Amino acid sequence: MPETYATRPTPEQLLHRVQAEEEYERRGRLKIFLGYASGVGKSFRMLDEGRRRKLRGEDVVIGAVQSQLPSEAENLLQTMEVIPLKISGESATMDVGAILRRQPQVCLVDGLAYDNPPGSLHAKRWQDVEDLLAAGISVVASVNLQYIEDYREQAEKITGKRVDEAVPLGFLHKADEIEVVDAPPEICLEQGNGESPTGQSAQQLSELREIALLLAADVVDRQLESYLQRHGIEQLWGVQERILVLLRPGTRAAHMIESGSRNANRFHGELFAAYLDHSKLPVKDKSMLESDLALARQLGARVELLSGESLVDAVLRFARSRGITQIFVARSARETWWERLWGSDVDRLVSEAEGIDVRVFPN
Amino acid sequence: MSEGVSSRPLGTLKIYLGYAAGVGKTFKMLEEGHKLKREGQDVVIGYFEPHGRKDTIAEAEGIEMIARRKIQYRGAVFEEMDTAAILQRSPQVCLVDEFAHSNVPGSERSKRWEDVQILLDAGIGVLTTMNVQHIESLNDQVWHISGIRVRETVPDWVVKQADEIVMVDVPPQALLNRLRRGAIYAREKANLALQNFFKESTLVALRELALRQTAHEVDVRHVEHESGAATLSGGFAVPGVAHSAASDTPQDRILIHVTPDPLSAMLIRRGRRVADYQQADCFAVAVERGADGRFLPAAEREALDKHLNFARNLHIETRVLEGENVAETLVDFAHRYQVTQIFLARPHGKPRLRLLHKDLVREVVRKARNIEVTVVAERHR
Repeated sequence: MPETYATRPTPEQLLHRVQAEEEYERRGRLKIFLGYASGVGKSFRMLDEGRRRKLRGEDVVIGAVQSQLPSEAENLLQTMEVIPLKISGESATMDVGAILRRQPQVCLVDGLAYDNPPGSLHAKRWQDVEDLLAAGISVVASVNLQYIEDYREQAEKITGKRVDEAVPLGFLHKADEIEVVDAPPEICLEQGNGESPTGQSAQQLSELREIALLLAADVVDRQLESYLQRHGIEQLWGVQERILVLLRPGTRAAHMIESGSRNANRFHGELFAAYLDHSKLPVKDKSMLESDLALARQLGARVELLSGESLVDAVLRFARSRGITQIFVARSARETWWERLWGSDVDRLVSEAEGIDVRVFPN
Repeated sequence: MSEGVSSRPLGTLKIYLGYAAGVGKTFKMLEEGHKLKREGQDVVIGYFEPHGRKDTIAEAEGIEMIARRKIQYRGAVFEEMDTAAILQRSPQVCLVDEFAHSNVPGSERSKRWEDVQILLDAGIGVLTTMNVQHIESLNDQVWHISGIRVRETVPDWVVKQADEIVMVDVPPQALLNRLRRGAIYAREKANLALQNFFKESTLVALRELALRQTAHEVDVRHVEHESGAATLSGGFAVPGVAHSAASDTPQDRILIHVTPDPLSAMLIRRGRRVADYQQADCFAVAVERGADGRFLPAAEREALDKHLNFARNLHIETRVLEGENVAETLVDFAHRYQVTQIFLARPHGKPRLRLLHKDLVREVVRKARNIEVTVVAERHR
């Protein structure tokens, strides 16, 4: 089987692609350093990146930086041009106008989630960054996991602390590069007294760290998908485990769905459930299938209705299109003489699921 | 199982994990070495691979370097880490580059990670570097992604033993820029690299693999720290944690069927990986038709032994059973030992031709009643 195959784009697709590329060329590039807690060294890494770019001859300025920096970062700061914050009353905002007038190649922006005071051009600092990018200025920014909209609640449950400011996850997905600032929790603990600067314990830090790594992996996974799409490559392999639970009439699937969900969690993977059209099923089988589907949805599975004459063909087609790595299926309760002689659907699935593991469950 | 029995070494092990050459693992390790030294620890470099990279070489300055040992092999001289000299010097912390390195034949130990074990056992803390593609159980997946069969691997239990794993991350684009600037390899080697591991899609995939692996390692470690705690802060299901800590899930037990077939190596890796994620016990079992494998041709005998040995290296308990009917013997054993999942290799060959034959997978599935059967497929490229 070929590893990849190319698909020929239509003229409309080509035009669209060219326009998108031109638009992309005009814009500045966005790089984001992602940390799991304060004290992990995001600001330092951001400033260090600025220093290295300056060494390579790029025109770098600092647009916004935290007021309290560790001494190493403070030293770096001294060597660079800073566009002063705009002070209005008690609050300070990044001076977008001044940066646009200065027109550097690269601007460093700390604290992406920062809320601008009422009356500012934009409500949020990340929206200011959009303006810089649109003006062709590249931005190197840093953000803390707890300030990412879709992860705020998870982080809150771990730390018990509420944060009001947030950056949407979509903004991270738009970044050209995202880099994880990983370090053992002790790094953060060293700066406080047995807890991080913002008061987290080692255990809490370690949980936040895991989530940040997985968030980065998901962002990277999207990048991989879009890369392969851009290059017209059909992906036939997955880094992420993707489990497909197959629901067949007359077999109970609850235990299989639960196991699928547990495994998907452990592998930090995705869960799918698939079934064939069931309009012609007897009432009893139909209601069993309905309750299995409800359970699958409840456990976060993506449910797919398959069509086609042959169950095995339909399942394998779907599995290939989604990069499924494991198929869960229950064996039949009763075996007909036909199946005994020629093999059941499960036998066919096992022998034809090339490149995919098949886990057969007791019924 | 074997992991539980082996005693923990005295020195602490910290691994800098990357996904390709040039991401900055060695630099990070040296940086940490300097920091520890500033804090007053006695730090030496046991082995360091400069690859001619200027930044890295500069960073190594100021840390005492233990001279390498010269070893003659087939008329050439090779240099390896001098473990005996380090033991004699007895520092608090030793920096050892390239954890997965295989020593030249004639060295005392065949793998560098084995040398590191010796240092740890002597109470010396070790900082080391490796790439995600060197983790044994990921070998097939890495081959699938990159087309490269990585030969130098580290068993998963060795990695698991590390007290700390830190991901050294850099976006693939930045890495490719470094490579093109000649900052990683000399021009000629760089061009070669660009065609292999350094294809952008490969790098992106390997990076994702490294991020997920690090997340898993972090997960495993905080599970160990808090084992016994029933609920987690606010009931948020941190993947893996809630389930592994709960006592209501019965102990999973995996049986891997080992044969002389080369597919066995893949099956063992996959079984090991799944067992690690499910925190399951793991057996590797071979079935022989006569006592002592009398009926097995010598070549097959040798292959089977190789596979059993491989399993043991990955800390999997092995058994050789005797029985006329393979499926029956396997399933009997599985029932007796409360196995919850049997791992079999997907049979080779054209499926249609096999239909009328009795095949092992079919038979095991039919006999296994309450046991799950996982048929592992060979990944093609």
